[in-house]
Amino acid sequence: MARTAPRGRRSGRPMIDRYKWYEIVLLYAGMAVFLFFVLAPFIEGFLVSLKPLSQLFSTPYNFIPQNGSFEAYFTMWQSVPMLALYIFNSFFISTVVTLIVIAVVVPAAYAFARFQFAGSGLLLGGFLAVNMFSGAVLLIPLFRLMRTMGLLNTYWAMIVPGAAFLIPSSIWLLRTYMMRIPRELDEAAWVDGASRLYTLRRVVLPLAMPGIVVVAIMTFIGAYAQQFIFALTFNSRSEFMPLPIGLFAFFGKQEVIWNELMAASFIGILPVMIVIVFLQRYLVAGLTAGAVKQ
Amino acid sequence: MTGTRSASLFALALLAPALIYILIIVAYPLFDTVVLSFTNAALRPTYDFVGWANYERIFGAGNFTEIILRTFIWTFFSVAAKMIIGTLGASLLNAAIPGQSVFRILTMPPWIVPMAIGIYMWAWMYNGQFGMISGLMQNFGLLSKPWPILAYGDSAFWATIVTDVWIGVPMVTIYMLAAMQSVPKDLYEAAWTDGAGRMYRFRRITLPLLVPALLTMSLLSLIATFNSFDIIYILTRGGPSGSTTTMIIDTYNTAMGSRKYGEGAARAVVISLFVTLFCIVYFRAVRRLQQGEAK
Repeated sequence: MARTAPRGRRSGRPMIDRYKWYEIVLLYAGMAVFLFFVLAPFIEGFLVSLKPLSQLFSTPYNFIPQNGSFEAYFTMWQSVPMLALYIFNSFFISTVVTLIVIAVVVPAAYAFARFQFAGSGLLLGGFLAVNMFSGAVLLIPLFRLMRTMGLLNTYWAMIVPGAAFLIPSSIWLLRTYMMRIPRELDEAAWVDGASRLYTLRRVVLPLAMPGIVVVAIMTFIGAYAQQFIFALTFNSRSEFMPLPIGLFAFFGKQEVIWNELMAASFIGILPVMIVIVFLQRYLVAGLTAGAVKQ
Repeated sequence: MTGTRSASLFALALLAPALIYILIIVAYPLFDTVVLSFTNAALRPTYDFVGWANYERIFGAGNFTEIILRTFIWTFFSVAAKMIIGTLGASLLNAAIPGQSVFRILTMPPWIVPMAIGIYMWAWMYNGQFGMISGLMQNFGLLSKPWPILAYGDSAFWATIVTDVWIGVPMVTIYMLAAMQSVPKDLYEAAWTDGAGRMYRFRRITLPLLVPALLTMSLLSLIATFNSFDIIYILTRGGPSGSTTTMIIDTYNTAMGSRKYGEGAARAVVISLFVTLFCIVYFRAVRRLQQGEAK
C-alpha cells in the first residue's frame, strides 16, 4: 500500500510514522541511562562538595547529603589560597593560545581553501599528520627546546607548545568552512582591482567570521584541557600554575579534603560552562560542519 | 588565477607563520627524539652516541613487549566502548522527542570541562573507603567490605578504561550525530512510503551510510586513546605495580621520572612508529572513502 508523507503543519517537514507510546518510554529510559553515565561524576562531585567533612567519611554511604551546606565553597579559599590565581592563569594561557592559533590559522586556512600550488596537498596532509602526535610523545625534546629558549617556568612554556598542537586541526576546520564561501566573491573583487590582501581582509574575513568564532571556541576549550601535561613538565612555579595542576598539588596531599577539592573544581569550571552555554549554538553548528566533511 | 606564480607566492606567504611554527615546535622535536634515542643523554649536560644500545636494552628487558601488549588491549577496549556507547547515544539524540536540544547540551560537559578536573571527580568515585561506587555497592549488599578500586591491578586497569571512555564519548556522540543528520531525509520518506518499518530503515539506510563516519571516528579515536596520558597518570601513575602502565606512561616515567632522556626517547620513537602506522591506515581509508564518494 503506497503512502504519502503528511507534512507537519508548521515546520513543513514530512512526519514519517510517529513513535508509539512504548517507544517513547524506551527512548527516554535510554536517554536517562546515557545521561547518567555522562553526568554521574558531576552529580557526585557536586553532592560531595555540599557534604560536611564528617559525613564524607561515614558509613553507610549517603548519596544525598544530610544537612548539606555550601560551607566548603568558603573554606576552600583557605585550603587552596592561590585558587583565584590558578583560575586566572588558566584563562590567561588559554586566551593567549587562542589568539596565537587564530592569527596563524586564518591566513593558512585561506591559502589552503583558495590556492592550488606545488605541494599543497602534501602540506595539508602533513598538518593532518601533526594532529596525530600528542605532546606527551615529544615531551623530552620539547623540554630541551623550552630550556634552550629559556622559557621553562614561564607562561610561555605552556603557551608555545599548547598552540602548536592546536594549529593543525584548526586549519582543517577553518579550511572546510572557507571552501563554502563562494569563490566568485573573491574573483569579483580582484576584477575590480582590489589586491589579494585587501580581498582577504574586506571580503573573505567578514564572511568567515562565524567559522572563526567556532575555531576560537574549540581552541580555547582544547587549550584549557591540555594544560595538565605541559604544566606538569615545564613549570614548577606556583605563581604560573594553571587550574588543573594547581588542584593536582592539592590532590596529591596526604589527606585530600574532598569536599573542598570538589567545590574548588566547580568554581574553576563555572566560567567555562557559562561561556559554552551562551555559545553552544555556534559550537554545534561548527562541529557538524567540520565533522562530516573531512 | 590559481596557477600563476604570484598566486603561489602569496599562498606560501600566508602559510609561512603556521609552517614555521610547526617546524620548530613539532617537526624539530620529532627529529630530536630520533637523535636522542641513540644517545645516553640523562640529567648531565654532555652525552655520547651509543648506537642501538637503548633499543637493545628496552626490548631485552622483557617487560617492554608486555607494556606494548597492555597498551593495545587497553586501547582496544576503550575505543570499542566509546564507539558503541557514542553511536547509541547519537541515535538517541537523533530521535525526534521533546527535550532533544537540552539532552544535546547535557552530553557535552565531559568534553568541555578541563580533563584533569573530570578525572579528580572519578578519583573520588573510585575511592575505596568512601567513594560512590564502593559505597553504593556496600549499601546494596553487593560488597561486604570497602573496595579500593585503584589499589588492585585488575580493577585499576578497567577503572582507567571506564574514565577514558567517559571522556571520549561526547566527541564520538557529536560526530556520529552529525553523520546521522547528513543522511538525506527523502531516503527515509521513500522507504516509509514503500512500507519499510523503523528497524528496517535503520539497518538498510542509516547503518550503511554511517560506515565511513564510523571508520573515520574509530581511527581518530584509536590515535587519541593510544596517546592518552592524563587519565592514567592522575588516577594511578601507572600502578599498582605496573598494571596500568601503557607506553605513554612508561615513556614519561623513564624520561621525566628517572631523567633517562635517551632511553625515554627510544620508547617515544617506538610510539611514533605506531602512530605513523595508524596515520597511513587513516590516510588510506580517507582516500578510499573520497574515491567512493566521487563514483
